[in-house]
This record gives sequence, structure tokens and C-alpha cells, in this order.
Amino acid sequence: MEFVDEIIETGGPILGTEHIESLRVCMQCGKCTGGCPSGRLTAIRTRKLVLEALLNMRDEVLSSDELWLCTTCYTCYERCPRNVKVTDITRTIRNIAAKEGYLALSHRMASSYVVKTGHAVPINDANKENRKKLGLPEVPPTTHTYKEALQGIQSLVKKTGFDELIGFDWETMNLKE
Amino acid sequence: MKYAYFLGCITPNRYAGIEASTRKVFKEFDIECVEVPGASCCPAPGVFGSFDLKTWLTIAARNLAIAEEQECDMTLTCNGCYGTLQEANHLLQENPHLVEMVNEILAEEGHQYKGTIQVKHCVEILHNVVGLDTIKEHIKKPLDGIKVAVHYGCHFLKPSEVRGQGSSERPRLVDELVDATGAESVDYKDKIVCCGAGGGVRTRDLEKSLLFTLDKVNNANAVGADCILDICAFCHLQMDVGQTELRDKFGKEFENIPILFYTQLLGLAMGFTPDELGINMHQIPMSDKILQI
Repeated sequence: MEFVDEIIETGGPILGTEHIESLRVCMQCGKCTGGCPSGRLTAIRTRKLVLEALLNMRDEVLSSDELWLCTTCYTCYERCPRNVKVTDITRTIRNIAAKEGYLALSHRMASSYVVKTGHAVPINDANKENRKKLGLPEVPPTTHTYKEALQGIQSLVKKTGFDELIGFDWETMNLKE
Repeated sequence: MKYAYFLGCITPNRYAGIEASTRKVFKEFDIECVEVPGASCCPAPGVFGSFDLKTWLTIAARNLAIAEEQECDMTLTCNGCYGTLQEANHLLQENPHLVEMVNEILAEEGHQYKGTIQVKHCVEILHNVVGLDTIKEHIKKPLDGIKVAVHYGCHFLKPSEVRGQGSSERPRLVDELVDATGAESVDYKDKIVCCGAGGGVRTRDLEKSLLFTLDKVNNANAVGADCILDICAFCHLQMDVGQTELRDKFGKEFENIPILFYTQLLGLAMGFTPDELGINMHQIPMSDKILQI
């Protein structure tokens, strides 16, 4: 299968097939790269990522660090004269990269906090103290308070296979390895 | 008037002052905040949306379903949460096959996404529901002479075809809310540019993500702003904690600038004390000029 078709098949069911298929009409004008705030400061070249995707350079795209330097600010998406939904295509390509094992350890860690606590940024003692000083309940009324809600999140990620994707070990309640 | 206040992660777990100030200000306008019990991470649009779109949408649908059970629209204080929940709500309301997909998973916990509510950022409510005139009537200490560098953050405005906040290049909503307090919203270089935190960049490559923040701080200082004002808990963390990281971890030199969330600024103008608004809990201390309001 061509890489473009794989991208459309991955993102299409959630974000819309036409939406992701917009990738095909890119004319390589470079407006995406020109307006990219990350491109000013880092090695990401959005136009090049799109070109490589169109040229079926699957391995190069999926293994590149640049793929992960997009902050999803949507500037390219807003300004594209051909209405290529660049940011959502980037998110979709990252989904494929994640399945291929290219998730960074730091990203797997952040994901593991959601599986363990329901939150990517969980509460800690200093912030419990701050909450108390402000007259708020020490622990917020989220999965932090409701244990059955946390179990709900945990069974949800098992059903979608997110636990497998990030390599979560339910016995140690931590990442594998 | 009541809204289900979706807290997310960073607001309640790192910047409780944002939560406290929003609850206090809303109360003054007779807006009741009800809880979204058992809510989780939204989950972050550029992070979890980048890892697995199905998991991202399903967790978002679960949070929306719990808010629906409270029988009112949802509000929130983070653009990441807004990005995810507003987008997920839009996708689900437009696509019955997605509703079927998420509900099959949510059924086990006894939730069902129905598509009955809207997701409204707290500043949308203040601007469009409360209104600038009513806000002005509640100002006890006009913030005359305070120069504010407004930082919109990306996911409040973009993608504009989904968010519906008007121009993503020259937005006005937050500037008008700032002007209503008596403070002055000043123009500065790259005002609508990203803080650098999103898309998993802060987590994966802290140094590069902070280069955005350093530019923000320098650009706001260059026009003599007294603070950077945001409407997003994640931008807030990036710009507040980020300044200490820039200095301590990466040896950058620059002038500190205080970071305020909109309801903290409004709270000061409405007569609440800095301590009531959690302003003294920030990493970057407030200037005397702001504390003496």
C-alpha cells in the first residue's frame, strides 16, 4: 500500500476521509514552512514532511525527529492555500509512527500517568497544600477522588489497546522494560 | 446560569489559583460552577491525539458524557482541554458512526455520549454571555496604567473553521476583556505565536519548546508590558515554570515577566486580593506594580 493511502486509512475514520485526503492536493508552495513557528527555531520543515509522505518515503518520515517538533499550533492548516489539513495529517502520521514503535520514552511516561492516575499531570503534595490555602478541596473531584472513575479509564484504555501501544505493564503498573 | 467546570490536569493539579479565581469571578456574575465528577485528562489534543486518535476521542467522549449528565454546558480554563473537547464534541455531533464507536466502549462504565451540550471556554462566557458592560460595572479597582501582553494560545483560535472564534490572525476577544478592566492591551511582536508547549514538544524536547517561550518573554518585555496574560493553564505553566527552567537549566539571560490568567487579572480589578487569586503561588513573582493594584 502507498504511504498516502495508509495515512488516509488511519486518520480518515476519526477525522474524516476527505479531510485527510487533502494531502493529495499539496502543490509544494511552502507557505506551511514559511509560517511555522517551530520551523524558525528547529529543524522541522513542514513542506518537506508532506513531500516525503507523497513520495512514499514511509521509513524516512516515520523515523524522523522533525515529525515530533510540531507544536500543533495550526498556523499551516489555517494558511494553506489549497486547504491541506496539515496539522491533522501530522497527527495522523504520528499515530502510525507510534504503532511502529517510535514513541519517545518521555511520551510513553506521560501516557502512563493517564493510565495510572487518569491525569497526564497528577496532583502532588505541594499543590494539595495550595488548594487547601485557596479554600478548594485538597484533592480535585476528578479520577483523583473517584476510584471507580479511574477504573473506568483503565478499562477504556485496555479496550482501545492504548496500554499495549505505550507498553504498559499492569502487574507492575509501570512501563515495560 | 450554570456550567459544568471541566478541570483537566494542569488547572487543579498545578495552578489552583486559576481554578479559584475562575470560581470566584463566576460567582460574582451569578454563574454556578457544577462539578464533572470523575473527569480525567481531556486528553491533550496534540499529545494523545498524536499517539492514538481512537483513544483520544473515546476519553474525550467520556468527559463530555459526564458533563452531559450534569445537564448544562461545559466550561474550562485550558486551551488544550478546549481544543480536545470542543473538537471531539464537533466530530461526534457530525458523525453518528463515531458516537456508536465511543458508546460501545463507554457502556461498560455506564456512560453514554448523547451530544446534548456545548463546550465554552471561560473567556467566551465572560465576553459573550456576561458581556463587557456587566464586567465594567463590577470593576472596583480599575487597572489604569497596567500594560498587558495578551497571549491567546493556539487551540482557542485554531482551527478557526471548528472553533468559530473569528479571525485567527487578528483576534480581539481577549483584548476587549483586558481593556474592560481598565488595563491596556499592548501590541507586541509575534503576539499570536505559540508558547511552545503543545504537540508533545514540551514533554519530548524541553529545550526547543522553551525557545518559543524565550521569544515570547523578550517580545513582551520589549514593549514594556507589566505581564503576559493567558487564557490557558498549559501556556501558563510553560511561560511561568518555563522562565525558571530557561534560567536554571539552560543558562539563558532575560528579564522576568509575571504571568497572569485572565480571571486572575479580572479578579484583581474586581477587588479580590492576590492571595485569594493564588497569584503569589506562581514561580515568577508579581511586580510591586501589580501587587499594589
